[in-house]
Amino acid sequence: MSSRENILSAIQGIALESKPLPEIPDFGIPGEVEATFVQSIQGNKGEVMDKAEFESWLAAEKHSKIISRSASFPDASNLYLPADAHELNDLDLAILDGQFGVAENGAIWLEDAELGLRVLPFITEHLVIVLDRNSLVATMHQGYARIGDASSGFGVFIAGPSKTADIEQSLVVGAHGAKSLRVVLV
Amino acid sequence: MSHPQNAAEFLKNQAKAKWHDETLWFVRDKRDRISKTIPEWENLRNLASQIKDNVLANLGSYLEQFEQNAIKNGIHVHWAKDGDEHNRIVLDILQKHHCTAIVKSKSILTEECHLNPFLEKNGVEVVDTDLGERIVQLLHQPPSHIVLPAIHLKKREISELFHEKLQTEKGNEDPTYLTHAARLHLREKFLGAKVALTGVNFGIAETGEFVVCTNEGNADMGVHLADVHVACMGIEKILPRRKDLGIFLRLLARSATGQPVTNYNSHFRSPAPGKELHIVLVDNGRTAQLAREKFKNSLKCIRCGACMNTCPIYRRSGGYSYGSTVPGPIGSILSPGLDMKKHSTLPFASTLCGSCSDVCPVKINIHEQLYEWRQEITKTHGELGKGLSMWIAAGIFKSPLAYKISGGLMRKALKVLPDSLIYHPINAWGKSRDLPEAPKESFQQWYQKNRS
Repeated sequence: MSSRENILSAIQGIALESKPLPEIPDFGIPGEVEATFVQSIQGNKGEVMDKAEFESWLAAEKHSKIISRSASFPDASNLYLPADAHELNDLDLAILDGQFGVAENGAIWLEDAELGLRVLPFITEHLVIVLDRNSLVATMHQGYARIGDASSGFGVFIAGPSKTADIEQSLVVGAHGAKSLRVVLV
Repeated sequence: MSHPQNAAEFLKNQAKAKWHDETLWFVRDKRDRISKTIPEWENLRNLASQIKDNVLANLGSYLEQFEQNAIKNGIHVHWAKDGDEHNRIVLDILQKHHCTAIVKSKSILTEECHLNPFLEKNGVEVVDTDLGERIVQLLHQPPSHIVLPAIHLKKREISELFHEKLQTEKGNEDPTYLTHAARLHLREKFLGAKVALTGVNFGIAETGEFVVCTNEGNADMGVHLADVHVACMGIEKILPRRKDLGIFLRLLARSATGQPVTNYNSHFRSPAPGKELHIVLVDNGRTAQLAREKFKNSLKCIRCGACMNTCPIYRRSGGYSYGSTVPGPIGSILSPGLDMKKHSTLPFASTLCGSCSDVCPVKINIHEQLYEWRQEITKTHGELGKGLSMWIAAGIFKSPLAYKISGGLMRKALKVLPDSLIYHPINAWGKSRDLPEAPKESFQQWYQKNRS
């Protein structure tokens, strides 16, 4: 007998009382969705800006290697997406469109279509996600309702810059992934 | 070694033990504060518990559904009945790809299966990439906490370790400096690995996808740069529907560290073009636990660690005192199911205060199961040295005369006997405790004098 059959038949041999699968109600959160979202991102050590603030930040920073896949900033790129993801190791800045943001925790949903290469938002030194302010939802429940049965090979909720507190519980931003997250609400 | 022996070892460094206690309580407090900002928190716990009950009641059919959908998505699905088979499956995949070095993000399951030593014995270099796990790996230690693997270490120790292994400045204990040194060290490992291994937080039957949560982004750095991703998943990690993730992602990070969500929550449905994705479904004692009516609920655990942070025993005895892969209250009800003899002292490492059950996001009745395991262990292994004293006590309490005489004797004896005799090894209760001051008279004598 294979291990698959072994495991499945072991489970089948156990008398298990039936338990119903509950429906999930649509919990709302009190307060204004955009203000809550901004607060959540800031709490996660990210920053929220508008289009003009972002443009002046971008002009001042003078990053040397930038990939923009955002429809709002098509001319910000000075690099093409490489064929081999390893070439992204010295990327300074990635600018990506997010599909929607979740107010209660600042999580922003991106799929293969937005990423181009899956490693992009992780390997870049700094990450900017551009988000339509009308795309904000209150809770994760509404977030999953929005995703529905979409079938992207990969999808990710990103809520802040890479961080760790593994040394004496001291928060350090920039563990392995992006050292900063800026969210541009348009 | 038993839990009390190990705990005594941990408590020798009093300053560190105090820091450990206070730091974990701080994490517990963060969990409390954030949970109170969610009005429906208790409702979420109820729903999570009910969903997991439903999963356990239909585990077989959900696993088959998960497998079918995962295969449809282009994932290779493997089944392992125990840790050895799991390890062999992983090694086979590595050998097929002529891979001798892997990067690995946090997976308690692979710790449980002792994958790292197995792979190393077979010539594979394993690099744990979670910062806390890398630290303990460089020290040749296991994690002491499932969410905070290096919580037993102070920054001075980590600074010394990094100076030796990563050539950081001697004496520089700044956590930011040390973390960024590890970032550079591990970046090279990420760029060089052909195969990356991860654990799994949730597997979704409806879609055949699985979710991995990290704050550091280390799981994603590994798998998206590698050609092959191997994900190791305990069979109890199944959720029926994608929308169930809404409940569990709201609960997981808030319960674990008091943050609203982990920073990276990656949903893997199919491999990127030209790459390979494997999932290993592992039993290793889980079906046996499912068959134990009193203990099967322990399989609802989502490994948030909240029960450890709140436990007065865990905080004051440290993760290593448990001698099991998963320490703390939840470990003390999981581990006896794997090896009752080895872990016979763990269910007794509890005050039965119930705080673990109160914070558990899936409402496992942890403290009740601890109590149940005590019954099982006592039935199998006897009275654990308390039999003689219980037998004497029963005799004394049965006879009023014996009670009166022994009470009088003890009141006198406690006053005159030297401490060396009272705090004798036989008096287990007197270890780390002071006996109360003996009263001058018995209650009966006092009553006759004052009330009759």
